[in-house]
Amino acid sequence: MLSIKNLTVNVNDKQILKGINLEIKPGEIHAIMGPNGSGKSTLSHILSGKAGYTVTGGSVTYQGKDLLEMAPEIRAREGVFLAFQYPVEIPGVSNIYLLKAALNSIRKHHSQPEVDAMDFLTLIKDKVRLLEMDEKFLYRAVNEGFSGGEKKRNEILQMAILEPKLCILDETDSGLDIDALKVVAEGVNSLRAADRSFVMVTHYQRLLDYIKPDFVHVLANGQIVKSGGAELALELEEKGYSWLEDSKAAI
Amino acid sequence: MTAATASRYTAEYSNIAPTLPGQNLPWLTALRQDALAKFSAQGFPSLREEEWRYTNISAIEKKLFSPSLIGQVQELVPTELLASYQLPDAWSVVLIDGHFCAELSALEGMPETVSVMSMANALIKKSEILETYINKAVNNDEHSFVAFNTAWFTDGLFVHVPSTLVLEKPVQVLYVNTQSDALASTRTVIIAEEMADIKVIETFIGLDIAYLSAAVTEVFVGVNADVTLYKMQCESALAYHFGGIYVKQAKDARFIHHNFAFGGLLARCDIHTDLDLASECELNGLYLGVNRQHIDNHTRINHLKPHGISRELYKGVLDDKARGVFQGRVIVAEDAQKTDSQMNNRNLLLSNDAEADTKPQLEIYADDVKCAHGVTVGQLDEKSIFYLQSRCIDEETARNMLTFAFANEMVDKIKIKSVHDQALEQVLIRFPQEGVNKEWL
Repeated sequence: MLSIKNLTVNVNDKQILKGINLEIKPGEIHAIMGPNGSGKSTLSHILSGKAGYTVTGGSVTYQGKDLLEMAPEIRAREGVFLAFQYPVEIPGVSNIYLLKAALNSIRKHHSQPEVDAMDFLTLIKDKVRLLEMDEKFLYRAVNEGFSGGEKKRNEILQMAILEPKLCILDETDSGLDIDALKVVAEGVNSLRAADRSFVMVTHYQRLLDYIKPDFVHVLANGQIVKSGGAELALELEEKGYSWLEDSKAAI
Repeated sequence: MTAATASRYTAEYSNIAPTLPGQNLPWLTALRQDALAKFSAQGFPSLREEEWRYTNISAIEKKLFSPSLIGQVQELVPTELLASYQLPDAWSVVLIDGHFCAELSALEGMPETVSVMSMANALIKKSEILETYINKAVNNDEHSFVAFNTAWFTDGLFVHVPSTLVLEKPVQVLYVNTQSDALASTRTVIIAEEMADIKVIETFIGLDIAYLSAAVTEVFVGVNADVTLYKMQCESALAYHFGGIYVKQAKDARFIHHNFAFGGLLARCDIHTDLDLASECELNGLYLGVNRQHIDNHTRINHLKPHGISRELYKGVLDDKARGVFQGRVIVAEDAQKTDSQMNNRNLLLSNDAEADTKPQLEIYADDVKCAHGVTVGQLDEKSIFYLQSRCIDEETARNMLTFAFANEMVDKIKIKSVHDQALEQVLIRFPQEGVNKEWL
């Protein structure tokens, strides 16, 4: 699905990622954890194609193609989805308009006809129910005046409708109360599939109580310093990050 | 400037005066003479006047726009032009080159107690009422365009709604311009008595020619009455437009204005409202400028008594070499305690050569008030563009969509569906079609 090899990235001539290696197979859930400033968000941004980063070395291959060569919208149409840490408010564009525009862009990309209006409405209402959202949300402007929890739920709603292959969740649990977290986790879990992979970038271990990862990687100072199974997250919860940062420094 | 330049207009006045309505009304003749004298003395407003420093009207002085004496000829108006602007679900009054055209107007079924008629007709049938209202929401000293309008107006709309009457359908007045280098000077008076409720749409359109449209509208909102006024300024790209809307709100009165400034080579609109005790006003504006268009909007909200509420939001989208000017004044008198006022102006510049001049002014003489104002001039937000790209939308479409969305916020405030759809159509024809799929809206 995704293969990151020795990736180095600069922001304003400062090296942020210092040689990342990561293999993600279809159906797997990977959690990327790490302290603030470790490069977690940079990694999710670079995968989704945000401007402002310079790749100085290495490669990212997605489904056999060079991901870094693709424009952000092409990545999205090819099945890469970023759930934002801070979803953007867009007054004047309704949620349902954005969903329709996005879904039809994907269909066009794959030479498929536009989605039928009735089918679309049925699809969207199913997903709205799944995420315990009010249908009125669909007709409100994208994220405008939404609470933190509503915004995150809206991201997962978009994900559920666009059915991506690689889902990147950037700090999805931050700003969520426990009830909202459960709903979001349930939404994510319902999307688990043999051909769909997840990368969860998170500072907190709490999310992993509700979405069980197959692998946990610890990012510190722009490198993955430790990888393991779900149990590694528990260890981090207990010990914090400093023992890993220290061990890295000792090497 | 410049009485000298005005003299080209004043020299012509003696020929025009006998054709103007209300000849037999001494009070009106006196009013017009006073206006003519003031206009002759001052000329058109100059850039040296603070309120006019952004509005260069020298082109109007160089040309001589004369009132069209043809008038009332319905054949002058292409059917398709009228069809695309005349609202199907409104009573309508059509003015061609500043003259009422009965054949194209539609006033059947109007409640008997309500008066909706041309100004020329009202000066015959309702002159007693008009004497107490005309030039009472504004006067000839406001600026010389008002004086010019008072002296020259040939017709307009008159609306009078008696107390407690709620007019179910809106009234639309279409100001249509069909003659090159012609002047259409119109005066409209709208009176809503105590607890009345009315919605009026003023639509300005024209053939693809140069002309001068000078329109003054006076609105009187009675005690606890409601008036919603829409202005759809869709003049030709070569036209000059000068509009003034002057409003007097009585106690507890509500006034809502939606100002859509789309057309004209040079277009200016002044909107002034005076608020009495606990009256409320909402001023919404959207201006879209392309090519070398120059669009000015000047608002003045005058809180005279306590507990007034005002909300103002003006948004501008400027492309190419277009220039938009917003000047918004909120004045809170010493007596106007507990005033609650918010004013915002937001500008989106789409090209390096576009320009926005914005000048919010708060003048507060009371000490217990809540007043806020904000101004932005900027470009599209890169974060929003990336967000849309990450949702499969290419950059150009994202930019168009966000531009549309910026403008659409004002369109969405329109509560009458046919007016909403018309404004939406006007916004869409001014943006590249690739940006927005109308079917999905």
